[in-house]
Amino acid sequence: MTLDQLPVNQPAKIQRLAKTGLTSKLVEMGLYPGKDIKVIFKAPLGDPLAIDVDGYTLSLRKSEASQIEID
Amino acid sequence: MKVALVGNPNSGKTSIFNHLTGLNQKVGNYPGITVDKKFGPLVGQKDVQILDLPGTYSIYPKSQDEEIVTQVLGDKKHEDHPDLVIMVVDITNLERNLLLYSQIHDLGLPTIIALNMMDLAERKGVNVNISKLNELFQTQGTIPLNARKGTHIDQLKEAISNFKPVESKHSPIVEGEFIDGKVNANSGEQDVWAEKRYTRIRQMLKFCLEKTDEKTSKTLRFDKLITHPILGYAFFLALLFIIFQAIYAWSEWPMDLIDSVFINLSQWTKSNLPEGVLTNLIAEGIIPGLGGVVIFIPQITLLFAFIFIMEESGYMARVVFIMDRFMRPFGLNGRSVVPLMSGVACAIPAIMATRTIDHWKERLITIMVTPLMSCSARLPVYTLLIAVVVPDTSIGFFNLKGIVLMGMYLIGILAAFLASIVFRFIIKSRQMSFLIMELPSYKIPRWNNLTFTLIEKVKVFVWEAGKVIMAISIVLWVMASYGPSDRMEKAVSQIPKPQTEEEVEQYESQVASANLANSYIGIIGHGIEPVIRPLGYNWQIGIALITSFAAREVFVGSMATIYSVGEDFEEDVSLINRMKSEINPTTGSPVYTLASGLSLMIFYAFAMQCMSTLAIVLRETKSWKWPLIQLLYMSGLAYFSALFVYQIMQP
Repeated sequence: MTLDQLPVNQPAKIQRLAKTGLTSKLVEMGLYPGKDIKVIFKAPLGDPLAIDVDGYTLSLRKSEASQIEID
Repeated sequence: MKVALVGNPNSGKTSIFNHLTGLNQKVGNYPGITVDKKFGPLVGQKDVQILDLPGTYSIYPKSQDEEIVTQVLGDKKHEDHPDLVIMVVDITNLERNLLLYSQIHDLGLPTIIALNMMDLAERKGVNVNISKLNELFQTQGTIPLNARKGTHIDQLKEAISNFKPVESKHSPIVEGEFIDGKVNANSGEQDVWAEKRYTRIRQMLKFCLEKTDEKTSKTLRFDKLITHPILGYAFFLALLFIIFQAIYAWSEWPMDLIDSVFINLSQWTKSNLPEGVLTNLIAEGIIPGLGGVVIFIPQITLLFAFIFIMEESGYMARVVFIMDRFMRPFGLNGRSVVPLMSGVACAIPAIMATRTIDHWKERLITIMVTPLMSCSARLPVYTLLIAVVVPDTSIGFFNLKGIVLMGMYLIGILAAFLASIVFRFIIKSRQMSFLIMELPSYKIPRWNNLTFTLIEKVKVFVWEAGKVIMAISIVLWVMASYGPSDRMEKAVSQIPKPQTEEEVEQYESQVASANLANSYIGIIGHGIEPVIRPLGYNWQIGIALITSFAAREVFVGSMATIYSVGEDFEEDVSLINRMKSEINPTTGSPVYTLASGLSLMIFYAFAMQCMSTLAIVLRETKSWKWPLIQLLYMSGLAYFSALFVYQIMQP
């Protein structure tokens, strides 16, 4: 499953990142395999989404979240 | 000594910079790019220069701003390459903040950590063993402080002044990524390195970080409200309305005050300096030109006060969050909304406000289309023309005049969005568009920082855009006040001299009209008549088109001068009546009809009739290319739309 399909408030762990031009940006912002994350709320229309990583909040577009594989 | 201030966005870097430099900070340029360079001496120590680098998460740039950080830190020959780095670290996000620290350390730069947000750390139950941190991460010292309150800033200042560059044994935190202070060309992929760094940082943090992970649910609850599908937008709309009201209405009295001060100053100069060309230049060219620059300060100050509050409080990131989906198809950014809406009041502060958009292409599109929004300077033009050509009838409950006026505003908004779609395909950019950003925790804005921001914005506008505005307004003044050989004198001598006291006023306005019609601008106005005739205009309108290049509202005053009547058309209907009775000598029909009037309104809606906007676009894009493209595309759009409207409306 990828992050964009994860229901709100359900904890998950990052498994893998798809290799795209944004991979290094995702890692730099603290999103790398092994991290525990959770979608905490979504914008109206369900895009973008806000996720919790280590107690801080990041926003991601749906298309960006779909590059993050979780379990 | 050169010191560079580095840190993640929202880490409190700007507050620390303000504390360190006080009011001595300056804004300069990096050669060749649009990023502003902020620097200043350390308070009380002229030989220590502090450079405030743009906020970034990593040494690998994702935007123009971030590229500067890489250039300055990764090139020993760069003129701004520092002897010492102050890395501002947000203690509540230690792991992510230390990624950038570890990269800077491995580039071989001696670094002091300014450990910020100690107050939040206590509340969140974060505890850091500083001596362990210094040892493991090989810092040049760590100063725990609170930038918002300014506590322990003195210790940081002391640490900077006591710093002595020493050749210490410097072992990299992660080996192989950088060699000799530069990125290793064969080092491989950035994300793999970043992951390696995180692994190492986590290992070391185990020894110096204690965390009792207490989640603040308050922020989350507030976030859900602020991004709510109904309440969220209602709040944002209300805020936009207040901002609009502020720059539209609240700025009115300071602007009137500035206006009257400069008018009085100009009159005083005229009556107190010896008569002559130089006095005229000062009284009618330079002083009004200066007034034309200063007049924008109230609007700039008000808009930036609001943007400051939105940015500092953390709300701006939420605006981006809820608007992103709607702005994306237009090649715009969530942050484009505030500049675009402010453009309805005035494009000058609006274009300055696009600086908050990091993505260069999205920022450029916003700059290019914002002047299409109907600004307050168009309102007098619209209302005069509507009074002249739109019949006073009603459609249902609505007055036709009101509908036309609203239509003009809607056309502006529509044109801005359509133009952004076009620019989206024209402007090329290597930079990827993404929304991987932090939603920072909510904070109460620091009013101290507000003063710094406002002073900086006003300074930049007055010094940099002001020069261009002054130059153009003097050129326009010369062209409106002088004509070839004795044309103006001859025309004036043909007006019958006043016989009675009552006729003096009339005589003077006829002289003004004859002077303008025979000045260089008058001659150009006559000259362009064949070009503008298909739009339904005569040479009188031609003159007003040229004079109002200074600012759109000048149209009304020029019409009044040309027709020798008073310009206050809301009090005195003579200008409206005079325009209504104007007859085209060749066809014998009225000049100002619904067709020509609407055509003229459409022209003013789209044309770049504002030198101050061009000056600020020049300053913000730092090249003549974009203001010229803007001038051309808007003039073309105005001309052909007006032509279209006139040709289909004409009976």
